[in-house]
Order: sequence, then structure tokens, then C-alpha cells
Amino acid sequence: MALLAIEGLSVGFAREGRFARVIPDLTYSVEAGETLGIVGESGSGKSVHALALLGLLPQPPGRILGGRAVFDGHDLLAMPEARLRDLRGGRIGMIFQDPMTALNPVLTIGRQIAEPLIRHKAMSMRQALDRATDLLALVGIRDGARRLSQYPHEFSGGMRQRVMIAIAISCEPALLIADEPTTALDVTVQGQILDLMAELRDRLRMTMVWITHDMGVVAGIADTIQVMYAGRIMERGPVNAVFASPRSAYTYGLLQSLPHGARPPGGRLMQIPGAPPDMFAPTPGDPFAPRNPFATPRCHREAPPLRAVEDSVAGHMVAAWYDLPRLLA
Amino acid sequence: MGRFLLSRLGDGIVAIWGVVTIVFVVSRLLGDPAILLLPVGATEEQLQALRAGLGLDRPIWEQYVTFLGGALRGDFGQSFQFMRPALSVVLERMPATMALAGSALLVGVVLGCVAGSMAALFRGTIVEGVVMLLALLGQATPVFWLGLLLILLFAVDLGLLPTGGYDGPMSLVLPALTLGTFTTASIARLLRSGMLDVMKDDHVRTARAKGLLPGTVFLWHIARNSLIPVVTMVGILAGELLGGSVVTETVFSWPGVGRLIVQAMEAKDFPVVQAGVMVIATIFVVINLFVDLLYGLLDPRIRARR
Ligand SMILES: Nc1ncnc2c1ncn2[C@@H]1O[C@H](COP(=O)(O)OP(=O)(O)O)[C@@H](O)[C@H]1O
Ligand SMILES: [Mg+2]
Repeated sequence: MALLAIEGLSVGFAREGRFARVIPDLTYSVEAGETLGIVGESGSGKSVHALALLGLLPQPPGRILGGRAVFDGHDLLAMPEARLRDLRGGRIGMIFQDPMTALNPVLTIGRQIAEPLIRHKAMSMRQALDRATDLLALVGIRDGARRLSQYPHEFSGGMRQRVMIAIAISCEPALLIADEPTTALDVTVQGQILDLMAELRDRLRMTMVWITHDMGVVAGIADTIQVMYAGRIMERGPVNAVFASPRSAYTYGLLQSLPHGARPPGGRLMQIPGAPPDMFAPTPGDPFAPRNPFATPRCHREAPPLRAVEDSVAGHMVAAWYDLPRLLA
Repeated sequence: MGRFLLSRLGDGIVAIWGVVTIVFVVSRLLGDPAILLLPVGATEEQLQALRAGLGLDRPIWEQYVTFLGGALRGDFGQSFQFMRPALSVVLERMPATMALAGSALLVGVVLGCVAGSMAALFRGTIVEGVVMLLALLGQATPVFWLGLLLILLFAVDLGLLPTGGYDGPMSLVLPALTLGTFTTASIARLLRSGMLDVMKDDHVRTARAKGLLPGTVFLWHIARNSLIPVVTMVGILAGELLGGSVVTETVFSWPGVGRLIVQAMEAKDFPVVQAGVMVIATIFVVINLFVDLLYGLLDPRIRARR
């Protein structure tokens, strides 16, 4: 059964008197126990849709225009703020991109880890701090009892992200949403955080939505990959199937820009030319068409629906009018 | 931290010395106190004798050195008007000044924080508009005018409070409100803009992502972080309240140091002027040392840097 099912989510932004539908109409679901990797260039609506789910979207300028997001049988978008608050940090954890700014600079690490435990698990400050020491050990920070009384500026970027992870998993969430948790980190630290999160996921049996712009990261951690562009799903399916036989030119482009070795065999190295579309000036048709060397006239006129790929791999879906394997052959 | 405070203490002492020196120089430019002190028609001999008695006949640098030496020992000489040690004349007025400045500061901090928080919490609504308009008025209204207005309203028309004087807590209310208005307005505006900035910070989103209650988010993740500039502002305003209360003290016949200094200037009573300025400057320095200390307590990053 799907732990999270998003149906027809639509989010817009007002800016300088103009309005952009950044997420036009998004539908997808995540099964319990599944790790979904959402990939796309920056600006494709990955963060905005996640924030919208949790009621964290700044409104204004943002606005949720419609849709449902059913978590464990209840619509997150329809429930009162107080109930959503009970879920946030409790059954749904979230980790953000920039660990340098995500922690409060003037409160101790201990207090910041203790807060959700006090809020959701009805612990006393003392109990919560005890638990925080264990959590620090769990995320690989030694000497936790001493470090609890330290402040964020006494931690490196990688260590701060470990603290953020400790906060997010403190109440053992069923669903963990990680929004580019490794993007701001050094490459070596990225690998460590990735391994840590994979380990914690297995240990705590968390369902995970992992947002990134890096195909390589998805390959390492996700079961299912969902490629997004301009707020739409371009392709989605089991990681192996999508990597072996991408059906969207955008997925293909992202895979081609990976370093050697991670690339599917036979592909030529290419950069995706052009820039993501201006969401305030939408064009008809497939939003990727202007950058797509394989685009057909129909791509420029009409937006393709998301449909099943005829490769008999369950769950492999694509939104494209063209047949990429045939064009590549 | 200790070394930092020590160096700030050094700065403070230099500042006090500077202020006192300026006052010494200025007061010597104001004219001859001997003429004022003696009755009209006094002979040149009598004037000379008085000047010699006061040490005013000696070279200015010698007077300065004597003065500094005395100041170090707390001896500013005899008040020309009261014929008593100048410092004790000033210190007698301190309780009145402290009561007024202290309550004005309390009014300013409490009302300013409440008003600033309201404006930030209800941003974009009529509440913010009204608070900001009042704050702007509060900063722009001349103190004497506000004081007279309050006297007319609460003392003359409604008869609720005394028009002036220094007896009992009731007589403190109007002067404290008058003097505290500027502080209230300044803190309200500063806190509002500080809070609006902090509200946009990533760590506030983290706090909300933890599911914390709105009150917790506001107190611990917004207000707590916005206090630092307010504390700095309090340090600056404290000087304003202590020294700048002259107008308020005059309007309400409040026997404070500010009014004493002005009266002493008119009477060319240099020792009292000098002692008064020195006391005010010292308190100002002490308050700012305290502010520096508080600053470190509020912001661990500053503590670490020192
Ligand atoms: N606060 C905001 N105001 C206006 N537009 C915004 C805001 N936040 C995001 N957007 C727009 O929403 C779109 C999606 O952004 P985002 O979800 O952050 O992308 P990403 O996929 O990189 O996470 C972008 O076009 C961005 O310009
Ligand atoms: Mg993002």
C-alpha cells in the first residue's frame, strides 16, 4: 500500500504581479519501504512540492492551487495545521540542503535535537538529552554527551548534516524526505552521508523520498527514480530499468552528463544545451522540447501524458511523444 | 572573553577621560565664575582673592592636571553654588535620575518588545501598520511637547497623576512614559525588522519541520535570535536616558542629574558640571560593558570569537 500518494498537486508562485504554476499537476505515490529518488535540474520544483506537502511553503508568495497528498490514509493538504504539526518531525522527518544555515546558531545542539523528542514523545528535557546522546552516536558523532552543549558553529558542514539527520530521525519517522542533503557537502563527505542514511533507512525501516540533481546519487540509494522537469514527471521507474533504457530525452541527457563508468553503455558524452524554462512564460507542449534534439513537431504543440513504457518492466513510465530507443538505434 | 572585557574597559576609561577633558575645556570657555559668585560691585581685589581661592588664577594646564588628579580621587572641588563637595551634590541627585532612567528603560523594553513582536507577527495587517505609525510618531515627537501633553491630559484634565515633583511612585509615571516613548519606539522598530529577517532564515523552517508549536518557534527560534541588536540598542539608548533626560526633568521639575548639570552650567558651577558629566559617562561605560557581556551570553559565536 502506498504510504504517500500525491494526486493532482498544483503549486504556484506570485512574483512582481505575475503568477507561475511551478507545479502544474503532479501525481505519484511512494510505497511503504520504498526509496524514491527524485531527480531534476535546479528549479524543477523538487523542493517546492516537498515543502507544500508539509505545510512549510511560504505563503505568500507561494500558493497551493489544488490536489491531495494522502499520507497513511489522511490528506496532508486538507488536515488542520495542528494535525499536520503533529506529523511533522514525528511520523514525517525532513532534512534540508544547507546544513550551514538549517540549525539555529544561538541554541545548543543538544537542545535542538531534544526539541522534537519533547514535542512528540512527551519526554522531559533530561530524557530527551539522554536520547540525543544516543542519536549522535547513531549518526556517527562520537563523544556525544560533550558535544550536546556545543553550538552549530563548532561543527563542520558534514557534522552539522549528521546533526540534522539525528533531528530528522529522532522520533523514528515512517517517512523521511531528504531534500538534497549531500549537495552542499564535499565529495568525500557526500559519500559518508549517503552511506549513513542508507544504513539508518534499513535499520529504522523508513520510507524515503530522496531529492537530488545528481543521477549518480540516485543510483546509489533509490529503488525507484522519478525524473522531474518544470514541475512535471518526465520519466519514472525502477532505477535499473531507467538507467539501462531511458525513454525520455531528458533522462538520457542527465545520464550522459554523468562521469564515465556510471554511464549506460554505448552513450555518447553530451551536455544538455540551453536552460530550464521560465515558469512565468510557459510554452505549450513538452516543456523540454526547446532543448531536445529529438523533439518532434508534436512535442512543441502538445504536452505528452505520462504513460507506461512498452518494455514490460512494471512501473516504468515516460512522458514523451517520441520513441527514444528507436531514435538512438 | 576576559581579555575582551578588559580591553573594552580600557576603551571606556579613555572615553570617560575624553568626555571629562572636553567638559573641562568647554567650561573654561564659558566665562568667569568669580563675577557671578560675588555680589554686584565687588572690588577687583575681592575678585582676585576669590579666583585665587578657587585656583582659577593659575595656568590652564596646571588647573587641568590638578583637576584630573582630583577626579581620580573623586574630588571635583567644592560646588561654587552649594559650597559642598561637587560629587556629593551630584550623587544626591542620582537616585532620582536612576529611578527615572530605569523606569523609562523598563517601559521602553517591555512596551517596545511587545509592540515590535506584534508588528512582526501580524506583518502585512493593520496591526503592523498601526504599530509602525505609532513608533514613527514616538520617535519624531519632541519630548517637551509630549511631556506637556501628558501633563495636560492625565494631571490637569483627568487629575489622575501629579503634574510634577518627586514624591512617591505616582509622580514617576508621567516622566517615565515621556522619557520611555522614544526608547519604546526605537526598540519596536528595531525588533520588528530583526524578527522579519530572522523569520526568513532556514533554521526557522527547520524548527517548523520539527512540528514545534508556534509559540516555541516564535520564542526560541525567532525572538531569541532577534534580541542581539536590541541589546546593543539598549546600550546606546541608556546614555540617551541618563544624560538626555534634561528636558523631561525640566518639564516635570524632576530633581535629577541632567537638570542639575544644566543649572550648574548656567551658574558656571564648573565642579558640579564636571562631576555630573563624569558620573553620567561612567554609568554609560558600565552599562555598555554589561551590554557586551550580555551580547556574549546571547550569541555563542561572539563568545567564541573573543
Ligand atoms: N520563494 C519563491 N518565490 C518565487 N518563486 C519561487 C520561490 N521558491 C521557488 N520558486 C520557484 O519555484 C520553482 C521551483 O523551485 P524549487 O522547487 O526550489 O526547485 P528545485 O527543483 O531546485 O528544488 C523555481 O522556478 C523557482 O524559481
Ligand atoms: Mg531544491
